[in-house]
Amino acid sequence: MRHILSILVENEAGALSRISGLFSARGYNIESLTVAPTEDPTMSRMTIVTSGSDDVVEQITKQLNKLVEVVKVVDLTDGNHIERELMLVKVRAAGKDRDEMKRLADIFRGRILDVTDKSYTIELTGTGSKLDAFLQAIEPGVILETVRTGASGIGRGERILRI
Amino acid sequence: MQLTGAEILIRCLQEEGVEYVFGYPGGAVLNIYDELFKQNKVKHVLVRHEQGALHAADGYSRSSQKIGVALVTSGPGVTNAVTGIATAYMDSIPMVVITGQVPTNAIGQDAFQECDTVGITRPCVKHNFLVKDVRDLAVTVKKAFYLATTGRPGPVLVDIPKDVSQALAEYAYPKTVTLRSYNPVTKGHAGQIKKAVQLLLEAKRPMVYTGGGIVLNDAAESLTRFVRLLGFPCTNTLMGLGGFPATDPQFTGMPGMHGTYESNMAMQNCDVLLAVGARFDDRVIGNPEHFYRQDRKIIHIDIDPSSISKRVKVDVPIVGYVRDVLDEMVKIVESSPLRPDAATLKAWWGQIKEWQRKDCLRYDRDSALIKPQFVVEKLYEITGGDAFITSDVGQHQMWAAQYYKFDKPRRWINSGGLGTMGFGLPAAMGVQLANPQATVACVTGEASIQMCIQELSTCKQYHLPLKLVNLNNRYMGMVRQWQEFFYGNRYAESYMDALPDFVKLAEAYGHVGVKIEKPGDVEGALREAFAQKERLVFLDFITDQTENVFPMVPGGKGLTEMILAEEL
Ligand SMILES: Cc1cc2nc3c(=O)[nH]c(=O)nc-3n(C[C@H](O)[C@H](O)[C@H](O)COP(=O)(O)OP(=O)(O)OC[C@H]3O[C@@H](n4cnc5c(N)ncnc54)[C@H](O)[C@@H]3O)c2cc1C
Ligand SMILES: Cc1ncc(C[n+]2csc(CCOP(=O)(O)OP(=O)(O)O)c2C)c(N)n1
Ligand SMILES: [Mg+2]
Repeated sequence: MRHILSILVENEAGALSRISGLFSARGYNIESLTVAPTEDPTMSRMTIVTSGSDDVVEQITKQLNKLVEVVKVVDLTDGNHIERELMLVKVRAAGKDRDEMKRLADIFRGRILDVTDKSYTIELTGTGSKLDAFLQAIEPGVILETVRTGASGIGRGERILRI
Repeated sequence: MQLTGAEILIRCLQEEGVEYVFGYPGGAVLNIYDELFKQNKVKHVLVRHEQGALHAADGYSRSSQKIGVALVTSGPGVTNAVTGIATAYMDSIPMVVITGQVPTNAIGQDAFQECDTVGITRPCVKHNFLVKDVRDLAVTVKKAFYLATTGRPGPVLVDIPKDVSQALAEYAYPKTVTLRSYNPVTKGHAGQIKKAVQLLLEAKRPMVYTGGGIVLNDAAESLTRFVRLLGFPCTNTLMGLGGFPATDPQFTGMPGMHGTYESNMAMQNCDVLLAVGARFDDRVIGNPEHFYRQDRKIIHIDIDPSSISKRVKVDVPIVGYVRDVLDEMVKIVESSPLRPDAATLKAWWGQIKEWQRKDCLRYDRDSALIKPQFVVEKLYEITGGDAFITSDVGQHQMWAAQYYKFDKPRRWINSGGLGTMGFGLPAAMGVQLANPQATVACVTGEASIQMCIQELSTCKQYHLPLKLVNLNNRYMGMVRQWQEFFYGNRYAESYMDALPDFVKLAEAYGHVGVKIEKPGDVEGALREAFAQKERLVFLDFITDQTENVFPMVPGGKGLTEMILAEEL
């Protein structure tokens, strides 16, 4: 099953490689990993999307907690949560495709950030599956380039991750 | 007052009460060596290879409640040390490793003797630090000692660039240190402890399985009190030997691949298994699928949550220091009128005694050749069971574990997790320095001993009167055994055609060497060797080449699918 782990970690050189090293050394999957400092610059927050049986994810959580620089770990998929990912996609937009592409971006609540006479660069946010759906909705030949951030997640309501 | 980084480091070590540093100099640590030279509180032990420094520091930790410290230079110093660091890591041994690094401005430039020490050692340390600013040095050293010794212990490495050991800073050693990201749960959950006791009191076929956690946590007394109070059978893993007295009738021997028949049968057939500071290693439970087949409840006490339910699903997990949890359990039992049902327990013991009648450690006592088991038995007798015994890795290690009855913790010093050949001799040096009055012997094999043989020179320099018991079967016996059983007797490269003359070798290093070829000479040679209190004696026992270790659970087999000596 797919799990989203939120991790508070000391903002120190090497913390990221300890975490990614743990995943590779123990053969755990990483679907995506995002990290940036929090409002407290001494701490970073990481979102890791992984998959595995409940036992494996339990071990992942325990192993993460064991790393000295990891402050806290929660499995967001244990409760209600919000998940968002940002994608930038550059598409061919010339001739008759141009209007169609604009319309499609609107349907997905995308924003066109950059325009040339042959292309659009579209910004889209949403769950991973929404971004997938957008890519599926357009013809593969039209896509020039995509870049995705990987998912960030946060608990709903009063669920708060802090120290 | 301003001190240099090197001075600060030495002050910190003094502050921590460090008696010995095991090390080897080089460019990146010269500042530190210069400061070591100028003082005499912290003594330096000069090894002959960095691997030796790490194993010696490790042996020092294992055999005492003190902490081993190693010091090596950058680049090759560090890479030579990695085996020793990984050895300590796999067995959760507390240790502080100081490494020199190229100057900060040279890092990343492929400088002379540069290596990414923090990167290379990351997977085999509890934690490591690169100190980039001399002002962080003292607090980092404090953190290193704190991390190494608390929670699940392990080696911690501090990498110090040469300009940092030279730079000046105000020195103040923090009395305590806290890390917001490091708060191991140390006190077992009261409700879970009660539940565990209840399960144990109601058990029909209880079994206590304990490991290195008992030794590491100095919990042997607590364990012994608990096990005797309940009258349960008890087994100790290879890492846990001495945690419960081996001469106690409730002790069933070691479990696992080369464990006793009775321990393995009891592990498999019990209805409540209490695991304490043991991690369900694959060499202990055999094939997990087979282990599951038997329905039983498992209680697991461990300081590391990730040890729990890692390989085997546990019913009652208890996270905490084993000593405190065991003491709590004793208290609960003592204050309760309930006791295990005597008749049921007696029936269970009846079954265990039945298994014991297999006499699985029997061997041929009438052989014209020296049997390695016999040597270990005599070693046990002659040292009154009271020596510190280190070992290398192989058949000799198993025989030492099976036939030397350890009644006390920290007496059996071996590399279980990584299984590092070359560990025995340097580890024994650390043991002897930590226990200057004690008798220290290293049970080794002719292949293993050659991996760190150079340390015989260190032993000479520091007058370490070790006794080396070389069970010389002219084979990498453990490898040969697997080849005999599983590879159709094809002994690929497990035989060395040119062994040194160990007697002459010992003499060349300034020690005493003795070669023993007949069973009748074993006892006398041992007695004479141990009578030489001031000398290192290398005893080269020419043993039966074909002897195998029994019982044996072949890799991938179930715990009770043992090969016994009689079956061959
Ligand atoms: C050739 C060879 C053959 C071997 N054959 C066998 C065999 O037949 N039988 C056998 O048993 N082993 C055998 N081993 C050793 C085996 O590989 C493992 O090293 C060993 O079984 C692990 O022991 P352990 O479970 O006690 O764990 P350890 O590695 O000693 O781990 C200790 C556990 O205790 C916990 N702990 C540490 N401190 C505390 C504390 N203060 N409070 C609570 N918990 C704590 C740790 O978190 C960890 O889970 C063999 C090794 C070799 C090289
Ligand atoms: C550094 C290292 N290399 C290889 C091995 C694999 N290995 C395990 S036991 C063994 C043979 C040991 O031979 P010896 O020291 O003579 O002991 P014996 O088994 O004969 O008692 C080998 C090669 C190991 N454990 N460690
Ligand atoms: Mg041998």
